[in-house]
Amino acid sequence: MSIAYYPGCTIKVSAPEHELAALAVMRALGLDLHEMREWNCCGVVHSLATDNLIRHMAPVRVFARLQQQGEREVVTLCDMCFNTLARANQVARRQPEQMDAIKATSGDELNYDGSAEVLHLLQILRDRVGMAAIKARVRQPLHNLRVYPYYGCKLLRPTEVGLDDPEAPTVLGDLMAALGATVVEGNLQTRCCGAYHVVNRENLVAERVAATTAQARANGANVIVLSCPLCHFNLATRQSTPGNALPVLYYTQLMGLAFGLPPATLGLPDATALFEEALPTAQHAQAVPMCTKGER
Amino acid sequence: MSEQAPLITMQLMGKNYRVPAGLTLMAAIEYAGYKLVRGAGCRGGFCGSCPTLYRREGNHRIFTALACQTLVEDGMCLVQMPFVPLITRPYDLYTITPQANTLLQHFPEIAGCVACNTCTRSCPQGLPVMDYIQASLRGDIERAALLSFDCISCGICSSRCPADIKHYAVGLLARRLYGKYITRNAPDLAERVAAIETGDFSAELDALMTLSAAELRSRYEQRTFEVAAEQEDPYSATRSYNSAMDPVDYQDELEVSG
Repeated sequence: MSIAYYPGCTIKVSAPEHELAALAVMRALGLDLHEMREWNCCGVVHSLATDNLIRHMAPVRVFARLQQQGEREVVTLCDMCFNTLARANQVARRQPEQMDAIKATSGDELNYDGSAEVLHLLQILRDRVGMAAIKARVRQPLHNLRVYPYYGCKLLRPTEVGLDDPEAPTVLGDLMAALGATVVEGNLQTRCCGAYHVVNRENLVAERVAATTAQARANGANVIVLSCPLCHFNLATRQSTPGNALPVLYYTQLMGLAFGLPPATLGLPDATALFEEALPTAQHAQAVPMCTKGER
Repeated sequence: MSEQAPLITMQLMGKNYRVPAGLTLMAAIEYAGYKLVRGAGCRGGFCGSCPTLYRREGNHRIFTALACQTLVEDGMCLVQMPFVPLITRPYDLYTITPQANTLLQHFPEIAGCVACNTCTRSCPQGLPVMDYIQASLRGDIERAALLSFDCISCGICSSRCPADIKHYAVGLLARRLYGKYITRNAPDLAERVAAIETGDFSAELDALMTLSAAELRSRYEQRTFEVAAEQEDPYSATRSYNSAMDPVDYQDELEVSG
């Protein structure tokens, strides 16, 4: 089975390891993701202004191109892209007159009827592959990992496009349980990481990251797992405990490790060889600074 | 007796002129009595120095074109843009490297692209301008270089962009990075240059220098070509190399030099 894949710019520029791991893991599950032949930026942020149609052109164009390429469904890894695309798709379905206006502005070249579908990779894993099949593919259960799933905003809110319960999501936890890890919960799992405030209100982000990582540690976690490359940036680079930061990994990377795939194929740096050794015994995983992104 | 072309009316710099139908915009401007000292170059659609903004009668849109490549129409209202202002941060190609964010760092405004595709629709070369800006945005320097390869830097794209992107400068840096860092080195070329420098071909060159123009032409016409390898990649910059379909009109060149 093969599904069209929309990477998004952030994955290509800032999170290539997530893509590498996702493609490797999906291959291991017998699912091929083929990148769209030509694609553009998703538009980054969904515009809430009802009369600012030019901001919807980018996501609408992604769907139009998908259809031109003979596809109806597209899967994405990036939470931000997922959210922006899904919300633009809602506009296309609920307000077709706005699509008419976009079509006219584009010189009639941009034509979209709202019939395409965007899916997050987590939806494919949960609803198509299924946790049982994922569990069956595990070769090296993560028994000694205590994982704190961090959801952030874009997977869950607003409810109409969210892929899980916005208050009590379970998809990442279920996935980690299927890999054999112990799931550590906490009420900050769904709190915003601070997002783009990292640009001009660094303290706000630092405080949120500190609170989230402190909760994860207090509840016994030795690794944070997440999905969003933007949350990853904040959580991995804004921890104030240099040398002893809580590792922050993408769920695809932990899936790859549990599937027994070589760390190099999961975009994991050499330092994680230690982590790999730790997998069977894993008591010291907490002390291993796996994510070196902050030092880049 | 040849038939006179019908006269049409065009508006130039706010004034109406009667000019013969069938002229290019550039020829019509000169027919109207203007001497072009800026905004005219090769007159063949290659130099990119004659971008023009115009409207058509009864149409609210602004159109763009190269003045040397577009025919005048009745009711056309046009203005010349001798160039499109371009300010870029200087860079030293020997110190920058082709990273995923190199183009974004030099041209942060590309992040403002809303994918409206106005640039692509305005390109007189028919390039997928928006696609190479999008490739630049995601750090795909190779694709940006190949998609922008035929850019003539007329700047029409940049004059129309709602995000004020300097497309042609982005493409130029992508091609420079691609040429310097990404294309493979050709070991055969280095070997051949070394052979020339050590004098391996000096005798043949000396012999050529003694030939007459007629003998040179005869040699040229008898030249042979290596068979070009079949290439899948439609964007390959080397696809037409070693081809008997020589795009250069060598006869003209010989006439000039002879």
